[in-house]
Amino acid sequence: MAERSIRVDKGWSWRSFFLQWEWLLVLIFIVVNIVNSTLSPYYLTADTFLSTPQTFLDQAFLVLPMTMVIILGMIDISVASTAALSAVIMAVSFHAGLPMPLAALLCLAVATVCGLINGILITRFKELSAVIVTLATMIIYRGIAYVILTDQASGDFPSWYAALGWGSVGGVPIILVAFAACAVIFGLLLHSTSFGRRVFAIGNNLTASRYSGVKTDAVIVTVFVLTGLMAGFTSLFLTSRMGSTRPNVAQGYELSVIAMVVLGGVSTAGGKGRIGGPLLAIFIIGFLNYGLGLVNIQAQSLLIIVGLLLILSVLVLNVRFRNRHQRSVPAAAKMVAGEGQPNEDRNP
Amino acid sequence: MKRTATASESFRELGLLVFIVIICVAVQLRNPAFLTLSNIGDLLTNTAILSILSVGMMMVILTRGIDLSVGATIALAGMVSALTVNSFRAISPLVSVLEGMAVGTVAGVLIGILIARFNVLPIIATLGFMNVLRGLTYVVSKGAWVSAYQMSDGFKGIATGGVAGISTPIIIAVVINLAFFYFINHMKTGRQIYAVGSNPEAADISGIPRRRIILLVYTIQGALAGLGGVIWVAKFASAQSDTAMGFELSVIAATVLGGVSIAGGSGKVSGLILGTILFGILNNALPLINVSPFWQQAIQGVVILAAVLVNVMVKRNSQRFALRRRAI
Repeated sequence: MAERSIRVDKGWSWRSFFLQWEWLLVLIFIVVNIVNSTLSPYYLTADTFLSTPQTFLDQAFLVLPMTMVIILGMIDISVASTAALSAVIMAVSFHAGLPMPLAALLCLAVATVCGLINGILITRFKELSAVIVTLATMIIYRGIAYVILTDQASGDFPSWYAALGWGSVGGVPIILVAFAACAVIFGLLLHSTSFGRRVFAIGNNLTASRYSGVKTDAVIVTVFVLTGLMAGFTSLFLTSRMGSTRPNVAQGYELSVIAMVVLGGVSTAGGKGRIGGPLLAIFIIGFLNYGLGLVNIQAQSLLIIVGLLLILSVLVLNVRFRNRHQRSVPAAAKMVAGEGQPNEDRNP
Repeated sequence: MKRTATASESFRELGLLVFIVIICVAVQLRNPAFLTLSNIGDLLTNTAILSILSVGMMMVILTRGIDLSVGATIALAGMVSALTVNSFRAISPLVSVLEGMAVGTVAGVLIGILIARFNVLPIIATLGFMNVLRGLTYVVSKGAWVSAYQMSDGFKGIATGGVAGISTPIIIAVVINLAFFYFINHMKTGRQIYAVGSNPEAADISGIPRRRIILLVYTIQGALAGLGGVIWVAKFASAQSDTAMGFELSVIAATVLGGVSIAGGSGKVSGLILGTILFGILNNALPLINVSPFWQQAIQGVVILAAVLVNVMVKRNSQRFALRRRAI
């Protein structure tokens, strides 16, 4: 829907409607569930669909802002470390005597500041790509978490806090409600506000957007701040579900989050994608994981599957869009090198 | 313009050298065991694997790429060669090395094809392969370790042996660095790597086989990671599923520290070697002056960030300087 205003409108047809990437995802989702239901006779109940998401939705909060980051044509691999650092600071400050609600707020604040730092570094040093900046902050944030908590675990939170991850309101898990609310907000933000249009514009052409009066730096910083904030939510729900936290918590989340976004049909070259695809991808990977658990496949094999899914979906998307987007310079080079040409940016 | 660029680069290397000397003196004052022959030998042996891989990483970064799969390739190659030694004890160490390199090469070729042929972003391709290879390591080892007693002495000798008091890993690293120096500075293909990185479009137009160069770069990186994996496993006499977890970050850090620009197309072998040694010294010296190991990761991160930021500043300054000269 959203890209239609950018692309030349070819008119609506049944064919183009059903050839959308999202339908393929719906199909995969149905297949995953059919396979799962053959594995266990107890699978196809409302309870499964309500309670299973509790086990995988914590990282889904990161998928929402990551979709924006990737539409910007950037990437953020520091999200998992941000979640770990904010969880550790929350636990330590709680044990230092801070009341739990304030500690939770502190957790969100720390995560937001981490995102702000990323955004400022990326916009102040345009020669550097987001990859290398967030790579460095990824190591630093997790490093600080290790400095604070060494190899200890910290838990013993008040009992009401566990309800965040495990409790439910009227049969619907709290985490599902919270996630649905966030998803609606992000969907509206991305697809029906001028801010969202600017995100797409920057992803399509950063320089052109700046020359047309888009405050590109402000938009980019905002997106990274939102990413930080969402990492804070992830850490709140994750810590609540686990009951304690350690510096190595959320390890590898950045990969599965990026995999979900890319599987959702968001182009890594930037400027293209819809929030619906990544949302479907969250549930595909989540239920796939659940199904693998049913047949006792080790968690490590999931690494292979997520990795392969990531590669395959990029491959299919690249081949599918090849005719329309043949570029002499691969988007790869563009992205890793960073958008800004140093000369152009620095001359007054 | 050219002169200022080289001037700022050699200034950078001088800076690295001065920094190395300062750290060495400071650590030596705190702990006299630092600058002894045996500790220097240890330090260099420990840095050898890092140095071998940073050579490959430099080529990858020169082409504007990045490789996050290095640690996982090390683990898989090391695990496969260790499992083979466990089953066939009589196998020659050379065969083990070749086997590890073959595993790494296959991984590198696959990654290279994805990036060169299908335009997959390097970060996405290598992030995906990092997981696939790490998962494969778990699968082939079934989560178990291969320990020292399961390895033949010949295999362990790959890392523990040596000539005239210099350990084999150091010799391998020196040979690779020398070969790389000749390759990247004096051979056509080596120069083409710089060309592809500094301006892909111009490289295409001037008939440089850009895609083939990119494929080559990731293949070499895979082969070197395979070699590093065998040395790693032989050195620690243990192959585990989580071997070298996160090692790719150290490799990238050392490479960036050595002045290889993440924007591609610029970086020198001399800088790379200094950067690697500085990183090795940091790793070796911190425990010697009683810095808690939990600080290491944070310090590593700050070092990477500082290195890339300083790189940018130096570049901006030299550009401003060049502009001013042109104006006069």
